[in-house]
Amino acid sequence: MSSTHTSFYQETHTVFGHHDNKFLQWIFSIDHKRIAIMYGIVMFSFFGIAVLIALSMRLELFYPGQQIMGPQTYNEAFTLHGIIMIFIFIVPGIPATLGNFLLPLQIGARDVSFPRLNLLSFWVFVLGIIAVLTSLFWNGNAPDTGWTFYAPYSTKTGSNIVMALTGAYLLGLASILTGINFIATTHRLRAPGMGFFKMPLFVWGLYATSWIQVLATPIVGITLVLVILERVFGVGVFDPTKGGDPVLLENLFWMYSHPAVYLMILPAFGIASEIIPTFCRKPIFGYRAIAISSSMIAFIGYLVWGHHMFTSGESNTVALVFSVLTFLVAVPTSIKFFDWIATMYKASIVFDTPMLWTLGTFITFIIGGMTGLILGAVGVDVYFHDTYFVVAHFHYAILGGVVFLMFAGMHYWFPKVTGKMYNELHGKIAFYIIFVGFNTLWFPMFVAGALGMPRRYFDYLPQFTIYHQIATVGSWIFAFGLIYMFVNLYKGIRKGKPAGPNPWNATTLEWQIPSPPQAENFGTIPYVDFMPYEYIKGEPVHHMDLSVDESKKGAHHE
Amino acid sequence: MSDVKTYEPEIIFDKQGNPHEVVDWDHDYEGAKLGFWIFLLTEMMIFGSLFLVYTFYSYQHGAQFSAASIHMNRLLGGINTFILLISTLTMGLSLANLRNGHVAVCKKYIWATIILATLFLAIKYTEWTLEIGEGFYPGSPSADLAALGHGGKLFFGLYFTMTGLHGVHIIVGIGVMLWLLSLINRGKITPENFVVLENTALYWDFVHIVWIFVFPIFYLIY
Repeated sequence: MSSTHTSFYQETHTVFGHHDNKFLQWIFSIDHKRIAIMYGIVMFSFFGIAVLIALSMRLELFYPGQQIMGPQTYNEAFTLHGIIMIFIFIVPGIPATLGNFLLPLQIGARDVSFPRLNLLSFWVFVLGIIAVLTSLFWNGNAPDTGWTFYAPYSTKTGSNIVMALTGAYLLGLASILTGINFIATTHRLRAPGMGFFKMPLFVWGLYATSWIQVLATPIVGITLVLVILERVFGVGVFDPTKGGDPVLLENLFWMYSHPAVYLMILPAFGIASEIIPTFCRKPIFGYRAIAISSSMIAFIGYLVWGHHMFTSGESNTVALVFSVLTFLVAVPTSIKFFDWIATMYKASIVFDTPMLWTLGTFITFIIGGMTGLILGAVGVDVYFHDTYFVVAHFHYAILGGVVFLMFAGMHYWFPKVTGKMYNELHGKIAFYIIFVGFNTLWFPMFVAGALGMPRRYFDYLPQFTIYHQIATVGSWIFAFGLIYMFVNLYKGIRKGKPAGPNPWNATTLEWQIPSPPQAENFGTIPYVDFMPYEYIKGEPVHHMDLSVDESKKGAHHE
Repeated sequence: MSDVKTYEPEIIFDKQGNPHEVVDWDHDYEGAKLGFWIFLLTEMMIFGSLFLVYTFYSYQHGAQFSAASIHMNRLLGGINTFILLISTLTMGLSLANLRNGHVAVCKKYIWATIILATLFLAIKYTEWTLEIGEGFYPGSPSADLAALGHGGKLFFGLYFTMTGLHGVHIIVGIGVMLWLLSLINRGKITPENFVVLENTALYWDFVHIVWIFVFPIFYLIY
């Protein structure tokens, strides 16, 4: 590998050609890798803020009665926690950061299809964040509806709902633009020879996700606009006094927001499908089944929104149909899990940090998924609805599934993004601390919820004290683990050892170019007539050097 | 930036020595079209949701929706439909002329489209003013509106929402056309490189098709 290459940190294309100013070089860059990193920085800053808000909520709940905040502040706190985590962190999360960075690299492209649109969607994202933040400080109360903005409360409350909705709308728009870009990129810019069934599975996950973003997000977008119009002009669509129907909002909202749950998890599953063959040194078992099951999950995801409304007065027949459809999601999900387990069978597994995170996630996500089946059953859900059981299920599935796999991906591609290695031992210790903290934090909530502790309450009956106290202790272990992990990664960036192009002996295309990659990714674009995960006797079949193409050097894009 | 340079696609060879063209993001006509079609799909979902909401309430309040529809100004609405249809024709002709190399004619047709679109907005504005003057608007205390019941309130709420959103699309369209003209003047859109104009024509088609659905459900149901 040529040691003289200039990475994308030194050289970039911007919308306006060249800039000398380093800062402007970043914020106007149309390089997908730089945009991914900018997304990452913004997103993780807000992740940190949302974690702090959550910690303060847990402190409030340490004893019954009021400790550090009143009921109104508590409502505002969980609303803000939800808005930040859902709209700013999780929904764009993996696609906008890891996806943006890796999609072109994995399919052998020099950038995404619309690099300028990519930058635009980042700026729309930032604008959305500004709108959300404005709603906190601008003339009155912060939003207090919860992140779902259910009517009629959201159309009546005196807090700054309109600004928050505008923010959420813009964040949704950014996510749509990313989705459009990814679909076009996947269809058009695959390296010659790479058919759909030769793409890495992370690309499959992103592709399925992009379709959800494109088809589902507009619906929540217009729903949010309707709530804005309702508040500003009194249109009446959700207002019962004008003949409107508040439950219609729930229908429209979940028509989007349930597929959005799969939008969050599919790329995360893609990450798992990348990590497992690499650390098992084996071709993945059931490649096609995993690829197709992503699309199946994306499709079934549209048909299950009614399971959020079992207690809203929908008919028993409707509830039963939605219940059965909800169970169906478990089928393609299980296909993935069994394929992963089959890949690990008789493999000599390397337990490095990314693999450890992936395996840990299996435990937490399976708990999250199984409790999802419990909640999907109508009879049980009528009892568990709006209790801490739901809170626990949600965090096990989303934090213990999506975010944990995101952490796995962060460790896995860390050497590719930075060119350095993090400290393996500290990475593992961080995982164990977070894992223990996580389970201490949320497992007691299953019990509390089953015993009848309702969610979103700032106060509770004395018999629930013990569960809240265990959870609060867990929350501090969890937060400590997060700090530990990020400090370790930061130290890796500062003084990590050079990683080399392919530290894990992985097989996909992004590992065949230098770390960090150069501005337009590939010198030579390969002809792809091989499967993405080819190992023979624990060794990758292909060793390529795609960094430089002497014949074309300097000819491409000025 | 690429001026008049001719673009040569990059070629790579497989093991058998067959050549394959590498698709580059910067010169990908198909990709630009694909992306725009997907964007139109998202627009379809937005308007589709509103049509869904309309269907839901017109099913619940059929009679009142018909009664409210009497107060629509069908003459102005009809003229607007006509104007929008002609504007689609001029938009299409601008594209056809550009592809045949008649850049000056193409620009004239774009101007014609802009004028027709502005006319549409002016008539829409007149219509809204008339309706608001008669007290048919969301949150109005008017007794006429109250007499129409819940259905009437929802009808006018949806009417202003949907025609308003459609109007926003017209305004965006006008902005895009002005941008197109400047791109043509700067030589960024040429008879060889017309995908931006083609996509705009698609967008304009979409806007007029939405109107073709909006018009009957509000104006022609009684």
